[in-house]
Amino acid sequence: MDDLILKLKKEVIEQLNLEDTTPDDINPDSPLFGEGLGLDSIDALELIVLLEKNYGIKIEDPKDGKKIFFSIRSMAEYITEHKK
Amino acid sequence: MDLTITSCSHIYDNKVIVNDRIIFYQENIIKFADFAKTVYKQEQIVYPKFYKMDALSKLGFLAVELVLKERKLEGYHPEAVGVVLSNSSSSLDTDIAHNDTIKDRSGYFPSPSVFVYTLPNIVIGEICIRHRIKGESAFLISEAFNGRLLCDYVEELFNNNRVEACLCGWVEVMGDNCHAMVMLVEKNNPPMDGISGLRPMLFNVENMNFIMKRN
Repeated sequence: MDDLILKLKKEVIEQLNLEDTTPDDINPDSPLFGEGLGLDSIDALELIVLLEKNYGIKIEDPKDGKKIFFSIRSMAEYITEHKK
Repeated sequence: MDLTITSCSHIYDNKVIVNDRIIFYQENIIKFADFAKTVYKQEQIVYPKFYKMDALSKLGFLAVELVLKERKLEGYHPEAVGVVLSNSSSSLDTDIAHNDTIKDRSGYFPSPSVFVYTLPNIVIGEICIRHRIKGESAFLISEAFNGRLLCDYVEELFNNNRVEACLCGWVEVMGDNCHAMVMLVEKNNPPMDGISGLRPMLFNVENMNFIMKRN
């Protein structure tokens, strides 16, 4: 799980152009939206694309997004459960 | 109505000029992304959203940032400040980047953060959000810089009391080639105390063309 969390942090930083942010700056349990990294709605769409592109996971129900993308750890747990 | 150019930035060929002063010059040609980032850091701007912008928005953002660093928009209602920009390539640079993400049907992953910049007027939106501007805005497309078009449009906004101040100019990016010239136009002979390096100029076609062409 720790390896996946580190990989996800790097992918999120690159995909969302979080310049001047390092993996160490991201607490895997902190909320990604609102506080923490302060991501916005376009970032949310990018995270959906990231899951599909890098892990082959398509989110069928948009309502699940809030739970899946709560934090880096919740993303990692969802990937572990659903990776094809 | 007499209109005055109260602050002006000019960005081209790895050079940045603000009110007649060269504030940045890089002799060797560098990629636009690196150039923009270097200027951003040199000017100690803190606005993380900058890194998420496309090239056109980065260029327009920097050009306006430098103009307003010298001349604040204090004293104007947000609705009384306008933004009128123009270029020749519209958002083609980003349109191509978006097309790259969708042309391969087997790897069809359009990027939402690229797609949202596939309109030229998004740069105006970014500028308005940053500086809380809520007045008239327009993005005009012409084959080459058309000072007459810009001048007539901006003068009309002033003559109809739609604006009391207006940011206007040219913001063009294609690949690593960029050219921006943005000026702040104000009316009623505004006081120019504290403006370093700028010789106040009347806002007219001749002066716009002069600023655009000088090196």
